[in-house]
Amino acid sequence: MTAMLNVKDLRAYYGQVQALHGLSFALNEGSLTTLLGANGAGKTTTLRAICNMVRSTGAIEFEGKPLSGKSTENVVRLGIAHVPQGRGTFTTMTVEENLQLGAITRNDKKNIVSDIERMYDHFPVLKERHTQQAGTLSGGEQQMLAVARALMLRPRLMLLDEPSFGLAPLIVRDLFKILGKINREDKVTILVVEQNAQLALELADQAYVIETGKIVMSGNAKEIASNEDVRKSYLGY
Amino acid sequence: MELFTNQVLAGIATGAIYACMALAVVMIYQAIDHLNFAQGEMAMFSTFISWQLMQWGVPYWWSFLLTLAISFAGGILIERLLFKPLAKAPVLTNVAGFIALFAIVNSVAGLTWDFTIKQYPTPFGSAPFLGSQLISTHQAGMIGVTLLMLVGLYLFFQFTRIGLAMRAAAALPESARLVGVNTSWMIALGWGMASAIGAVAGILIAPVVFLEPNMMGGVLVYGFAAAVLGGLSSPLGAVIGGFLVGVFENLAGTYIPGVGNELKLPIALALIITVLVFKPAGLFGRAIVKRV
Amino acid sequence: MSVAAEDTVTEAPAVEAVPKRAMTLGTGTSLVILAALLVTPVFVKNFVVFQMTMVMIYGIAVLALNILTGGSGQFSLGQSAFYALGAYTSAVLMENFNVNYALTLPIAGLVSFGAGYLFGKPALRLSGIYLALATFALAVAMPQLLKLHFLEHWTGGVQGLTVMKPDAPFGLPIGQDKWLYYFTLAISVAIYVGSVNLLRSRSGRAFMSIRDNEIAASAMGVDVAQYKTLAFGVSAGITGIAGGLSAIVVAFVAPDSYTINLAIALFLGMVVGGVGWLPGSFVGAAFIIFVPNIAESISKGLSGAVFGVLLFIVIFLVPHGARQVAIVAQQMLGKFKN
Repeated sequence: MTAMLNVKDLRAYYGQVQALHGLSFALNEGSLTTLLGANGAGKTTTLRAICNMVRSTGAIEFEGKPLSGKSTENVVRLGIAHVPQGRGTFTTMTVEENLQLGAITRNDKKNIVSDIERMYDHFPVLKERHTQQAGTLSGGEQQMLAVARALMLRPRLMLLDEPSFGLAPLIVRDLFKILGKINREDKVTILVVEQNAQLALELADQAYVIETGKIVMSGNAKEIASNEDVRKSYLGY
Repeated sequence: MELFTNQVLAGIATGAIYACMALAVVMIYQAIDHLNFAQGEMAMFSTFISWQLMQWGVPYWWSFLLTLAISFAGGILIERLLFKPLAKAPVLTNVAGFIALFAIVNSVAGLTWDFTIKQYPTPFGSAPFLGSQLISTHQAGMIGVTLLMLVGLYLFFQFTRIGLAMRAAAALPESARLVGVNTSWMIALGWGMASAIGAVAGILIAPVVFLEPNMMGGVLVYGFAAAVLGGLSSPLGAVIGGFLVGVFENLAGTYIPGVGNELKLPIALALIITVLVFKPAGLFGRAIVKRV
Repeated sequence: MSVAAEDTVTEAPAVEAVPKRAMTLGTGTSLVILAALLVTPVFVKNFVVFQMTMVMIYGIAVLALNILTGGSGQFSLGQSAFYALGAYTSAVLMENFNVNYALTLPIAGLVSFGAGYLFGKPALRLSGIYLALATFALAVAMPQLLKLHFLEHWTGGVQGLTVMKPDAPFGLPIGQDKWLYYFTLAISVAIYVGSVNLLRSRSGRAFMSIRDNEIAASAMGVDVAQYKTLAFGVSAGITGIAGGLSAIVVAFVAPDSYTINLAIALFLGMVVGGVGWLPGSFVGAAFIIFVPNIAESISKGLSGAVFGVLLFIVIFLVPHGARQVAIVAQQMLGKFKN
């Protein structure tokens, strides 16, 4: 397996404030990796830096191509879908329009239609509500919509920023099950940022732990889960 | 009663102009959250271009289409050159930019075509419409063109991918970029469309108010009033707002003693302030929620 | 860096914050300038004296706008309306009621303050572009209001009003223009000093807290609505005094002197002078008086284009206006000395 995404010595800044201090990690093609860390550790910033939404230095390569200097939309066009924190739902548009927007960079009209149907299979509740304004959906439904919208890109890599945020535990389980399925069946490499470490480690095969803008631990998800420090700090037992 | 119907119809006819102007205002507002104070001047300039083309012997409809194309390109050019660099600047800087544009366009039009008023032709003629004494064919034509434009815009925004992308870019720029929309170009496109819509407004109104560099000053204020009344985020609202302002203006001029022609602008002013104070979202707009 | 904070969208302030200390000149510099202003009329022609008087009058009006925008972060494109109100108040009082010209000024100020306060009352709910919009409409509508038929008896309608130019009092042996120059200078100094003190006072700090962050200001107990209206009123009042002065000095008022173009000029003066830098107001005023003269002498109708182009140049190259130029000059002077 080759590394699909290679991040080297990533430093990111908000104005004068440095949020990432030389972060390096790699994602294998087809893997499901989780990035763990406390509030303010720099998880979201890492995802935003990959899509060039914050000022950053260092090298990020996607399938051998450097991403630096590319605008956010051009990074996305390479096949990197990003489900942002807060889901980024277009609340005034219908569910179906949100899905169409996910495929806005694609030109294969017929496949778009069938992809929308496929999303409705993944998330039947979206089909029920396809003419409804997305803002009227519940939090869980909106998160599903966000994932579905990202998948409409037919991405090679999907970045998810705290998909469990604000959702009921049962819904989170459902969502993670679907993520696993997408990873296995659709061969989408996934990087998921999570505060819910337990669930994320169950789901993932690789894991990185980030603290104050640096990677402090990395490895197989099961090993990480059994690490005593991680257990104490993030799993709480 | 006949006077009333008369005034309402005349109001709808003038309202069509305001509706066009308001549409242009809303287009820019949607794209960049700013009001283009130079919108009227840009429309005036476009009208002069079409006039110039006709002077050179280009037939009416060809000059109309050419002017739309030139205005569209011009709007994009202005955005790329002057306002794109200001995207992240404070509101004050942007307002200053619009004011500067206002002054430049007005002045250049005056220098090029001087400040004397000029006749401008109408393709609809000015005979009574359908034999009615109430409105002329030109006025009917104005209403028709405005409604046609509204339908066109509706279809564009609802049923084309680029329209969808433009809506997304206006609603949530960051999310739009994350699905791969080039929001920067969507803004430029919004400018181009607003500029072309403004050109239509100018061409429609020129036969009524005559062509001269200051022809749009008052009209723009009405356009703002209409856009504010209808809700700055709603093209449909802008058009309805335009018609309402036109009717309101005419009725006030007829029935409120002392108003007459000279108080029409102050009435638009009063209307703007009243709406902004009591219903800032307008009749059809979404409420503006400021995140704390 | 808190992760949660990253995604929070807060509205950018309407204008960039100006450090408080940078809003004025030092005492020494001020006194030198004042001395220069006192002796200049002795050496120059009457017409130049008149123009300098106009610079001071526009300077007061720009200063008023600066208090509003630089101080409290609100916008107005309608200052010409308050200027007109002040001018007409003075003119009407002098011509129709034989009030002494000096006495008309406080009345002009009060009338404009009242109008500004009343206009600001509903407008204070608006921020940024909405306020700009409402005031823009006010500026466009004002000439029409001044032409109203039923006011014609006092205002002279479209023709306007001619006012008697006052002579120097106490038999002072100086001409009208020079006397009005000193009269205007005295008022300008008084208003300038008053404004500086206002911005340093409790109210001034309240203004600035609103400018920098309205929500935080209200959380700290600043009555945002009250102070915004007050800033609007004060600004309108000072503009009214400037307008009154202009009626006396120009000896003529007419509706078409107070169009949106005047409001644009005042706005331009503020931007050129540097938003929030009070001395810059007078630099900006000089700019808006002399540049059109030069432009119009080249070609009629050119001044608008020149204004516009210069405004863009200022926005792109020196966004802080004359203040920035002054700072750079100071630094270069410093280098030169070493």
